[in-house]
Order: sequence, then structure tokens, then C-alpha cells
Amino acid sequence: MSDLPLEPHATDVAPGDEGEIQIRARILGYVVGLGIAIVLTITSFFIAGTDLVWQPSIPVAIVVLAIAQMGVHLVFFLHITTGPDNTNNVMALAFGVLIVFLVIGGSLWIMSNLNQNMMPMDQIMQMQR
Amino acid sequence: MFGKLSWSAIPIDQPIPMITSGVVALVILSVLAWVVLAGHLPYLWREWITSVDHKRIGVMYTLLALVMLLRGFADALMMRGQQAVAFQAQGYLPPEHYNQIFSAHGTIMIFFVAMPFVIGLMNLVVPLQLGVRDVAFPTLNSVGFWLTATGALLVNISLVVGEFARTGWLPYPPLSELTYSPGVGVDYYLWSLQISGIGTLVAGINLVTTVLKLRTKGMNYLRMPMFCWTTLASNLLIVAAFPILTATLAMLILDRYFGFHFFTNEAGGNVMMFMNLIWAWGHPEVYILVLPAFGIFSEVVSTFSGKPLFGYRSMVLATMAICVISFMVWLHHFFTMGAGPNVNAIFGIASMIIAVPTGVKIYNWLFTMYLGRVRFTTPMLWAIGFMVTFLIGGLTGVLVAVPPADFLLHNSLFLVAHFHNVIIGGVLFGAFAGYTYWFSKAFGFRLHEGLGKAAFWCWLIGFYVAFMPLYAVGLLGMTRRMQHYDVPEWRPWLLVAAVGALIIFAGIVFQILQLVVSIRHRVELRDRTGDPWDGRSLEWATASPPPVFNFAVTPVVSGADAYWAMKVRARRDGASDQSPDYKDIEMPRNSPTGFVCAFFATVMGFALIWHIWWMVAAGMVGAFATFVVFAWRDHDEYVIPAADVARIDQVNVDARRALMSGAV
Repeated sequence: MSDLPLEPHATDVAPGDEGEIQIRARILGYVVGLGIAIVLTITSFFIAGTDLVWQPSIPVAIVVLAIAQMGVHLVFFLHITTGPDNTNNVMALAFGVLIVFLVIGGSLWIMSNLNQNMMPMDQIMQMQR
Repeated sequence: MFGKLSWSAIPIDQPIPMITSGVVALVILSVLAWVVLAGHLPYLWREWITSVDHKRIGVMYTLLALVMLLRGFADALMMRGQQAVAFQAQGYLPPEHYNQIFSAHGTIMIFFVAMPFVIGLMNLVVPLQLGVRDVAFPTLNSVGFWLTATGALLVNISLVVGEFARTGWLPYPPLSELTYSPGVGVDYYLWSLQISGIGTLVAGINLVTTVLKLRTKGMNYLRMPMFCWTTLASNLLIVAAFPILTATLAMLILDRYFGFHFFTNEAGGNVMMFMNLIWAWGHPEVYILVLPAFGIFSEVVSTFSGKPLFGYRSMVLATMAICVISFMVWLHHFFTMGAGPNVNAIFGIASMIIAVPTGVKIYNWLFTMYLGRVRFTTPMLWAIGFMVTFLIGGLTGVLVAVPPADFLLHNSLFLVAHFHNVIIGGVLFGAFAGYTYWFSKAFGFRLHEGLGKAAFWCWLIGFYVAFMPLYAVGLLGMTRRMQHYDVPEWRPWLLVAAVGALIIFAGIVFQILQLVVSIRHRVELRDRTGDPWDGRSLEWATASPPPVFNFAVTPVVSGADAYWAMKVRARRDGASDQSPDYKDIEMPRNSPTGFVCAFFATVMGFALIWHIWWMVAAGMVGAFATFVVFAWRDHDEYVIPAADVARIDQVNVDARRALMSGAV
């Protein structure tokens, strides 16, 4: 399909199709990404077992580190950037995040509501007592 | 050695499945024998089975859908027949058989008729409308088709070997758990859907990528025909929703095969999680089906009204709005199963909101027809029939979206009438419109108009006669899936509904006749111009059937309704005598990967159903080896020299010139 004309305004290219590839810059990118990812992972394990920080903040810290980890993966390994050639990827990511949010958030809401309403009779009696 | 499989799996004592499967096996064997004896096998293998051409794959998808429609409709006739006679009696179908029939009917109609029908039409048409030569992943496309066929095959094998699920088209636990369904029926359901689900996901990825990445020069998003937009939305939904189905069914599989407790009654399982997840897929699924149908109607209404689509941008907006909102309404399928009033209210309101973009679309189609010179061809009849019928279905849909009303109507035949109203009146009418509209593009000759119209009227009248009584009998309190009943008030309505099913049957007979007659008279019905309907989008710019490379020179687009603009320009300036600048064209080579993969997937699926573990391993190794062989292929493309392209294209160019000079 080499003679397929690209759309004039969209220069979005598939991974692996980028023309000349600067190997060195790319390897550097992956190494930096790997480094940050390892640091974040070690930190999570460290935080989970330490008493250096205030205990109730540990779950929050782990959530923050997990989100940072996702960000590192997206930027360094999946090459999501803000460049104009990346609109499709960013849109796909946004759509995916929205759907995951809707389905997981909706499920949690629905299921907790169901659990409240459909509590076994003896538990309801206990609550009324 | 053979797991749970033994001779007792074949229901020799039940005459109906045995005779049916005997007849079907005879038909299949005689067709195969004819193919082999007449020497068509090499042709079939070379040109169809191993083909990675999106047009061929689209045709095969559609053919699968039409064949499975016959199977699904046979089930429907049997159910209507049973309910017509089973008044204070047992009827002719024992309960365990009746339950399998309604489960198989729903499963087949949704997964193996509606899905392949719309995916087939999208495959056939979208690359042509975008003005490109192929889809993004041609071989993957073939794999997707053959995996879908595997699923269909497994469902049909269950007719002869073993049994099918008795749980309804969605296997709600705890009924579908091992405790209550110890047989292989649910396993047939699970594995056929897991395998065909992968096929569907693959098709979705392929079509999303095609629309996003492969458009001809100048084909902006807002110049794409409406069908491409609805294809994009529908396939985005496939990519987002089908993983939920796969994960949910995988959890049920773990429950049944490895003693997990996701959805069991005991040990902390929660059946409501299954309802929740299956409908988080299930509601987007209905829009996956109906959005492409909306796209087809947009093309048909615009073409046969001789006008551009009214409110194109609002239509795009409505399509994308439906794409997102369809993920916010799933609870309305289980309003009655224990959610509180606030949750029910929110999902009820969201369900009513989603009717708004659909209403926008209806008005757009009406205003497209308004002041247009409407030609009442068969596709246009389907479109008008759709608008009236779908409107009724939509209104009853808004009615059941009201939670208090749903408490009355849930699981009644009113609901059954509602979803048949939108699926037959929306999806199926759309698919038939597209089938008639694009048949000439696929095969080079038109379908017989008279028989097509007869089929349309039978379907339309038959639909109303069959399903309006179900609304009434639902309001009278009849629940769905009843094998027999004792209420005399229901009887007349069910008798009328059975007559309606027979009228639809006449419609199907007319459709078969139409196909046979059209093939016999293909010379008179030949479409020499490639543009039999005076079309507006790029699929009509190439010959019928299009050459393997679709366009000898890929068109350049400078506005909406690209081909219409070209025709207007040619009529004004006269056809150019300049010969186009032909170049060599690279096309993907055919590959048996899809067929071989699906063969191993069938072996694996069958073995999994019957717990034949060595065969499972063999199937898995085979499928993986196929993938490795394909991944290590050396050359995947061949070149069509420019001279050949010019020779093939000359016929098309001459026909166009004749058309232009005739039109001036």
C-alpha cells in the first residue's frame, strides 16, 4: 500500500513506520523509562513496609505511585505525547479512560446500592434493632 | 480418552433434532460433493477461503448471516408454533427442548445473524467509501471472519452432539452454574461466544484503524459518508465493550471448570455481578448493531431522495453522543433486581436521554426526504418501513425506561415485543436495505425489484401481525419463555402472532426466490456502469464488482458527497479524455492463516466443551503454530503492473463515459 496518499492534515503514523529511527535516542528513552519505573516500584514496596510515614497515608501514597507508574508507561513505552501526530492515540486513551471510569465506577455504585437494598433479612433486622 | 463425550451425547430418541440435523447434514454433504466433483474446490480455496480481500470477506460474513438467519428463524417458528398449541396442554416440544430453542434463537440471531450481517456490510463498503484499496489489517480481517464462523459452527454442532444451553440467550447464574446446568449446553454457549468474540474484537480493531488511518486524499472526517461515521462509532463500541463480555464469560468458565465462586450462591459469590457486567457489555452491543443500520439508512435515504443528507453535522454529533451515552444506561436491564430508587432514577433518565440523538436522526432522515424526488426502490422501502417501525419500538423503549413501568413490564412479552421491534425494525431492516442497495456493487448485477418489494411487504406486515399481539399479551401479564400456559385470554393473541410468523416466513421465501431469480437473470440485471442507483459516495465510482484493487487511481476528494461532486463536474465540464496516470499497485497476498487458525480453534473449542484435554492441547499448539508461521512469512504482497491496471480500468472508464454522454 505504498502509494496510498496520506491525508494532508493528518501525519499520524503507526509505530514502526516513522521513517528513519534514531536508535540511540530511543534506547535512551527506554532506559530512562525503565529507571523511573523501577524506582517507583521499589518505592511502593518500601512505603508499604515502612513506619517512616504516617500510617493512614500509605494507601494514598501507593495510589499516587501507581498512577505515576501508569504515566511513565504511557510516556516512555507507549509513546503517548502531546504532538499533533498523536491525536488518535490521545483520543483513544481518553475514550478508554472514560469507559473504564464509567464501567468500574458504575459497577461499584450499582453493586454497593444492591448490597444495601438486598441485605439478608437477619442483617436488616439487626440494623433495625 | 474422549472426556465427557460418548454415544449417549447424540439425542437419538428425539426426532426433531435428529431429523433436522440429518437433513442439514445431507444438504451440506451434497453441496460439498458438488463442489468437489464439479472441480470448484481449488477456485473456492484460492478466491474465497484464503482471500484477504475485504469485499470477499464482507460477502462471506453476509452469507454466514443469511444462512444462520434461516436457522434462527426456524427456531422462531417452532416457538410460535409451540405457544400457539400449548394452551392447557404440553404442545409438541418438551420443556428441556423448548428451553434450548429459545436460548439458541437469541444467541444465533444476535451473535451469528445481526453481528456478521452488519460487520459484513461494513467490510464490503467502508474501504470503498473511503476511497482506499484495502482495510488496515487484511489477514487479521480474514482471521476475524473465520473465528466468527467457528462460533457459529460450534452452536450448530450442539444440535447433534450434546445439547445447547437452556438458560436464555444470556446465561444468568446461578442457573448457568454447574450445580443447576451440569450438562454441556452452557459450555457450548461459552466457548462458541469466546471464540467468535475474539473474531468480533479483531474485526472491530481492523475497522477502527481503517477509518482513522486509511482515507484517500482529501477525505477529511467531516467529508466521510455517514456510514463511515457510524462504522467508526460502532467499532469503537466493539473495541470498548467486547472485552467486558470476554472477561465476564471467562469468570463463568472459571466457575464451571475450576470451581471458582465468582457468581455462585455460596462461598461469597455474587450473581448480581454477572447481571451488572453482562449488561455493561449488552447495552453497548445493541448500539453496535443499530448504529451501522442508521448509517445504511442515511446512505439509502440520501441517495433515493437525490439530496445530500440533511443535518450531516448533527448526525455525526448524534452518532458520537450515542457512542458515549450507550455506556451509561446498562442498569435499565435490571431495574427490578434490587437497586434503590436513586440508582434506578439516574439510569432511567440516562435511558430516556439516549432517545434524543436517535430522534435527531429520525428528523434528519425525514427532512432529507422532504422536497426530495423520492424513488421508491426496495432499499428505500426498507428505510421508510424502518422509520415507522423503529419509532414505535423507540417509544415503547422510552416506556420501559421508566422504572415504575418497568416493574410491571419486566420479563413480560411486552419487553420481548419491544426488543424485536427495534432489532427487526432497526437492525434487520437496515441490513436488508444494505443488502439490496450494495448487492450490485458486490456481484455486478442487481437484485430483482419486484420480488424484493414482495419480501419487504411480507416482512413489514408479518412483523406487525407477529409482534403487536405480543405487546398486548405482555400487558395481560404473560411472561416470556413459557413452554405452556393456562390463561384463555392469551390464546387468541398467540394464535395471531403465529400467523404473523408465517407471513414473515413468506417474506423469507420471497427473499430466497429473489436471490435465485436474480442469479438466473443476471445478464438482464447486469450493472454495467457501476452506479445503478445514481449514488453519491465513492463506492459507486468504481466498477461493479470492483477490481481487487478497488480504484485504479485513488480518488481525490474535495467535499462531501464525493462521487456526486465528480458527476456534477463531469456533466458541466465534459468527461476528460486524458488517460489517468496508472502506477503499479501492491496488494496483500492471500493467506490460509484465518482458515487454519479457525480450524484449530474449532478443534480446541469442541475439546474444551467435552473436557478432552489432549485435543485442547493439540488445538492450542496448532493455532499458535499457525500464528508463528504467519508472523515469519517472507513476502506478503504482490504487485499488479500498471499495464494490467490500465487494461482492467479501461472497461470502467468506457462505461462511465457512456453514462456521462447519455446523461448530458
